[in-house]
Amino acid sequence: MTPTIPMADLVAGGLLPLAAINFHTLFFLLFAAIACGAAVAVVAADNVVRMALFLVLSLAATAGLFFLAGAEFVGAMQLMIYVGGTLVLLVFGVMLTAQAPFVTMKSAGGDRLLAGFVGVALLAMLVLAGLSVPAWRQPASGTVPEPTATPLGMALVGVRVDQPPAGQPVDAVRSGYLLPFEIVSVHLLVVLVGAAYLARAKRRKTPRAIEVAASVEPPEAVAEHAAIGRTRAAASVLTGEPS
Amino acid sequence: MMPPPLALSSLLALSVTEPVSVAHYLVVGAILFTAGVACMATKRNALGVLMGIELVLNGANVNFVAFASPYLAADGARSLGLDGQAIALFVILLAAAEAAVALAITLNFYNNHATVDVDRADDLKG
Repeated sequence: MTPTIPMADLVAGGLLPLAAINFHTLFFLLFAAIACGAAVAVVAADNVVRMALFLVLSLAATAGLFFLAGAEFVGAMQLMIYVGGTLVLLVFGVMLTAQAPFVTMKSAGGDRLLAGFVGVALLAMLVLAGLSVPAWRQPASGTVPEPTATPLGMALVGVRVDQPPAGQPVDAVRSGYLLPFEIVSVHLLVVLVGAAYLARAKRRKTPRAIEVAASVEPPEAVAEHAAIGRTRAAASVLTGEPS
Repeated sequence: MMPPPLALSSLLALSVTEPVSVAHYLVVGAILFTAGVACMATKRNALGVLMGIELVLNGANVNFVAFASPYLAADGARSLGLDGQAIALFVILLAAAEAAVALAITLNFYNNHATVDVDRADDLKG
């Protein structure tokens, strides 16, 4: 761990010596700036495609933060599931609905102002709460374990091989995460079946948009057929069936 | 060692010579969470609301991972240990499931109403 250098020495020296830089902190600040900046850009952007791009940046930078915190497996899962899966799904949704009026939808100015006010208040409260506990502001001291995903992988199949927290007996019965793992697996399966069912191609005769347009202003053919009383023919124009 | 007072600590938080603590991660998580809440509240595009939900879940995940981290927690007794990482994994999985269902609902809404404006979803209004 890099020895702490008082701020006064840095100011007096005028230049930050390379050896004094804590590179863990440097990369943390880099990834944190990308994650937070992109998250704010998601809120600020009006174009939904740009919002998706900034969201990719923010989530990928968060994966970097996970790596820096020693949660390599969680970071890898974040990259694979979130950035690789969920966001591709979102981008598909953006592309499927990206018609001219929906790409850029501006919110009302009053809503933005109110959301900004509430957001700043919420942020101030959360940051003050996070900084108010002295123990959370002290960096770790002492030995750190080897960076490995083995304890997490073993715990997911029900076996805990990691050391219990200080103060607890070593042979305390600690359960793994086999049951939550199974629950989440079945949940994922059910959700995927449900999503496929919800998004299935329906046998709708006419899309609702065409029905609405037809009800507002009937096409000439419909009006003509209706005028001569052939209502069945008019219905066939709407449904697309041969009369 | 006594922790420095609040104002001095937040000043030093910008320094690159100090090691990272849990509080750094909490600030990042708070910013992500707040951005997500603002996104959910202001966006009119249903997909924008979905992105806000992803940001909120991500902000919570940052906190879980920070409290679980052996590199950040002051001592082992207060650390979440493996529980935090496992919870973060489950949150990621549930977010994927939630995104799949919400996207299916959004596409259904788009097919039925020819718009993705959440303000137009007022069929149940009395």
